[in-house]
Amino acid sequence: MTYSAAAATDPQLNGDTSGVITLDNLSVSFGGRPILKDLRGELRGRAIGLLGPNGAGKTTLIHTLLGFHPPSAGTARIFGRDIRGEANQIKSMIGYMPERDSFIAKMSCIHFVRFMAELSGLPPAAALERAHEALFFVGLGEARYRNLDTYSLGMKQLAKLAQAIVHGPRLIFLDEPTNGLDPPARLRMIKMIREIRDSGQANIVLSSHLLRDVEECCEEILILKDGRLVTYCNLEEERKANKKFLLLETRGELKGFVAAVDGLGCECAITSDHRLKIILQGGAEIRDLYRLAADAKVQIRRLAYKRDSLEDIFLKAMENGSDAGQVRPQNGVRMENDHGGS
Amino acid sequence: MPDRSGRKTEFGWRTIMAVLERSYKQFQGTLSPEWSRFLIIPRHAYRDVFRSKLFTGFFVLSFIWPLVCAILIYLHHNVEALGIMKINLRNLLPIDASFFQTYVIVQGTIGFFLAMLVGPQQVSRDLANNALPLYLCRPFTRSEYVFGKMSIVIILLSTITWAPGLILFLLQSYLEGWSWFVENISIASAIFLGSLVWILLLALLSQTISAWVKWRVAARAALLGLFFIPTIFSAIVNEIFQTRWGHLFDLQALIGNVWSGLFGTFVRQTGEQEQIRNGRLIGQAVVTEPPVWASWFMLFLICALCLWLLSRKVKAYEVVK
Repeated sequence: MTYSAAAATDPQLNGDTSGVITLDNLSVSFGGRPILKDLRGELRGRAIGLLGPNGAGKTTLIHTLLGFHPPSAGTARIFGRDIRGEANQIKSMIGYMPERDSFIAKMSCIHFVRFMAELSGLPPAAALERAHEALFFVGLGEARYRNLDTYSLGMKQLAKLAQAIVHGPRLIFLDEPTNGLDPPARLRMIKMIREIRDSGQANIVLSSHLLRDVEECCEEILILKDGRLVTYCNLEEERKANKKFLLLETRGELKGFVAAVDGLGCECAITSDHRLKIILQGGAEIRDLYRLAADAKVQIRRLAYKRDSLEDIFLKAMENGSDAGQVRPQNGVRMENDHGGS
Repeated sequence: MPDRSGRKTEFGWRTIMAVLERSYKQFQGTLSPEWSRFLIIPRHAYRDVFRSKLFTGFFVLSFIWPLVCAILIYLHHNVEALGIMKINLRNLLPIDASFFQTYVIVQGTIGFFLAMLVGPQQVSRDLANNALPLYLCRPFTRSEYVFGKMSIVIILLSTITWAPGLILFLLQSYLEGWSWFVENISIASAIFLGSLVWILLLALLSQTISAWVKWRVAARAALLGLFFIPTIFSAIVNEIFQTRWGHLFDLQALIGNVWSGLFGTFVRQTGEQEQIRNGRLIGQAVVTEPPVWASWFMLFLICALCLWLLSRKVKAYEVVK
């Protein structure tokens, strides 16, 4: 069948208003052992971070969405298309950057990326042109005629990204894209992912162990634990919803100071020997804290406004998720799960 | 209308500055037909295959026998040349079903060695480099992958077996006349079908071995062994049980019977076997080949087994239980 990629893949062109990925009671088992358990929800973000501890099912979820593993129950839809019955149509819309090294032996990088573009359905001439463009985009323009076997780990990661985007997919799955990269290479990779996201031409699902990568690239996060979906939230809205608090680094005896701060009507928590978290309430101001500190002979060495980081959200999700797969629905997103309430 | 940096390509107007712009954009052109995508694999594989001078030399040499056959057919009809050479080639070497069967056997044997050089590395390389997820995450199915890999062998061997064979048949028909063509049309179908069965068998076996034996040299040895070890085994079975049914385990005998059946030269009764003990004749048995359908059936079973083995191995990821 010959058709225009854009017409076939753009859900808006097709009048399809469903989310990017819809999980509909999706379960996956290997050899009778459940790996993903009854996942439900509608993911709509431009960049979705997939988080979870090792063995949580992140890669299995990506592989199932790619059609590598059949669901044992339920299904999922990508741009409104069912992964069970419309796998080929879905695959023409997606790009995939695998976690492990995946290449075709004895090929130059340009040949490899062109080959991948042709397999995605691009005619040979267009595939070659797009391969050049993709390799320049990821920064391998000067090294594109070199054999892949001679590439460093960082260059191989970039080549994997190039093959994932060469055909201009609508949805890109990136599985641990910053693995093995040195700090400058990691920053370049993050920058490219953000560029793709900001182009508005593709949605991204990024699976990573590195919370910082997800925090820098993603708008929404989905946290899995033991094959269950424990949190799906909009990162920005979640941050806004959290109360802003003051993080204080101090020296001196804290008991008296804490009692005085409580007396002001503020919430106060000691996080370590010299650290305090304070939420200002009841008209209290920072100058009041300095005054109380001086009275209690406590030095304030550092004072800064903070909000919950992704790490805090992740750790909270892990704690919540430990209660038999409790799900924590968050702000601004639609999600359901049989195993937990809100 | 195109902008100033635009140009007309076969895909319509588009900008040519993408390499410099270095921005992400979707592909807006027309996609290639889905049915033809499996051919991408052999197209790219031949680049690598013909880089080897040894292989290219061997491939060129494999056209010698068709050339010899063409010369024989030509001489067969050239009275002057026969007169000069003072030999009666017409009686010495008739151009009939046996002539073309010999052609198929010789080219089939050469094809086996070509398949041995090309086939065993195809799937094993992809498995060793974790390349299968890259194929299968695209609109490209496992069947298309297997068929694409098989077509590397199929296309290559077609160029040295049935394609020149049919040209030889047409040459003979042209020189002998229309009536010969009509009377011997079954030879053409035997050349095509016989070669195709052999090529399919070789393609399936080489890809299956490639999928299960990752080391290329070992895979080649396994393919070689598959054609010679069962021959020894079948000879032992035939000797012990005073039969020829052992040939059902022998790939060479199986394809030989199928070719004989197609060319109409199959003789089921192959002779009598006498059992002699202490110098005395204690028994006599008529030895018969298994029927042609049994050979077809065995080949079908072998192909089915290969497909099953391939389906077990050709997966994006193996699930470790």
